[in-house]
Amino acid sequence: MRVMVLVKATKDSEAGTMPSMELLTAMGKFNEQLANAGILLTGDGLKASSQGKRVAFGGPGRTVIDGPFAETRELVAGFWLWQVKDMAEAVEWVKRCPNPMLGPSEIEIRPLFEAADFASS
Amino acid sequence: MAASETHQAIETVFRIERARLLSGLARMVRDVSLAEELAQDALVVALSEWPKTGVPQNPGAWLMVAAKRRAIDGFRRDRMLARKHAEIGRDLEDERDTSVGDIEAAMDDDLGDELLGLIFTACHPVLSREARAALTLRLIGGLTTDEIARAFLLNEAAVAQRIVRAKKTIAGAGLRFEVPRGGDRMERLASVLEVVYLIFNEGYAATAGEDLIRPGLCAEAQRLGRILAGLMPDEPEVFGLLALMEIQASRLSARSAADGSFISLTEQDRARWDQLLIRRGLAALERAKALGGADGPYALQGALAACHAHARKAEDTDWKRIASLYDALRVVMPSPVVDLNRAVAHSMAFGPEAGLMLIEGIDCADALRDYAPLPAAKGDFLFRAGRLAEARVQFERAASLSRNAREKAFLLGRAEACGG
Repeated sequence: MRVMVLVKATKDSEAGTMPSMELLTAMGKFNEQLANAGILLTGDGLKASSQGKRVAFGGPGRTVIDGPFAETRELVAGFWLWQVKDMAEAVEWVKRCPNPMLGPSEIEIRPLFEAADFASS
Repeated sequence: MAASETHQAIETVFRIERARLLSGLARMVRDVSLAEELAQDALVVALSEWPKTGVPQNPGAWLMVAAKRRAIDGFRRDRMLARKHAEIGRDLEDERDTSVGDIEAAMDDDLGDELLGLIFTACHPVLSREARAALTLRLIGGLTTDEIARAFLLNEAAVAQRIVRAKKTIAGAGLRFEVPRGGDRMERLASVLEVVYLIFNEGYAATAGEDLIRPGLCAEAQRLGRILAGLMPDEPEVFGLLALMEIQASRLSARSAADGSFISLTEQDRARWDQLLIRRGLAALERAKALGGADGPYALQGALAACHAHARKAEDTDWKRIASLYDALRVVMPSPVVDLNRAVAHSMAFGPEAGLMLIEGIDCADALRDYAPLPAAKGDFLFRAGRLAEARVQFERAASLSRNAREKAFLLGRAEACGG
């Protein structure tokens, strides 16, 4: 199965604080482990939401909203796409991730729809 | 956390570490079955310790230490293994007091080498192709015997027997679980890649509605290919094979219709091809080329797959490039099937006569005597050349050879279209 692993934003990431050298090195090593285990498909870090835009949909209307956005905890600061055997494997790999932020932070794991999910419908 | 959750977490950690653990242990005790037992023992210890202590910082190293201690205890206890004891026991005694930290450092150094050694051993040419595939899935992929049996449509006892025999053969041949460095390295590598591609193709051949473990073999093979690419970053054919698998896998969901029937490459909805896998495949192909391996059999097949991936519509396919890739492929991988595909490519690039000229040469190849695609291709060339009566004979012959009802109907339809 494929999962998207979402690193949630924090005040620091939203403020555009760049990660420390130590964190970059540790993340590099973790990424290498993921690649060597054959599970890493792709991944990247995202700039703060102040650099982002939203497009709101309502009927035929399209409204463009400029960042930054509130609800920091709901924002995404980075992502990976992994191919794993099951959610348990994804969870164990996420536990091995170095703390992605300076302070407390969260990583969310979401399975992707697969062809098999559509087979029965 | 509930006890059952803790157990599940421990078992998942074990699953992640298992191949590394086995490769370190197998090299130490030079016996796959014993390595498996020791690893299992280490899991039992973890299941009793970790719920109290929590999962250690480096669970892999912890499990390795636990397994090594079991090995030493086992050697001490068991007089039957006196010979082995004399052979390796001393080394083990020396390691008796090794700390997790030491092992951790050693594992990071040998990490790749030991795992690669296990892969090369599981894929050793002394074993049959089928045994190699089963053992690789068991040891590296961590599949159970039952899963392997279901994946290959075999009965479980037969697979178990195959694995037991393979382990005995490895022990009998005195293999040392090392990565070949000398003159036989290329041959041994070819054997590894062959096994990975065999696993991939078995998954690719699965049809809709079958046990999901079968198409799952594609993912298993891709994972193996990615692991190999990490462990052997300088081997062009590893990247050639990875490119081939990633690009072929990009079409997995586009190749079957809602009713489960097969959709040919030219008929597929290309918007459904997985662009991420295509990009990964193209990157692997670039890597193979950069390493000087553009002409390897897998890199050439990867390049062929890439030609289709590059074409947004079937009509955009660069058949001249495909024809020239087949010209190169038949040199490094001679086979009548490659020759047949080459004839088809030339017919698409240069017209039906070009195809007919090339197909004459393979017409009488024994290997393809009852191979439906041969007369089907010939019929297609003749049809496009306007030689309808001859085309009809070929389509009818192809239909009579086909064992697939849908394909048979399709070929009879083409025969019908030739008129009478």
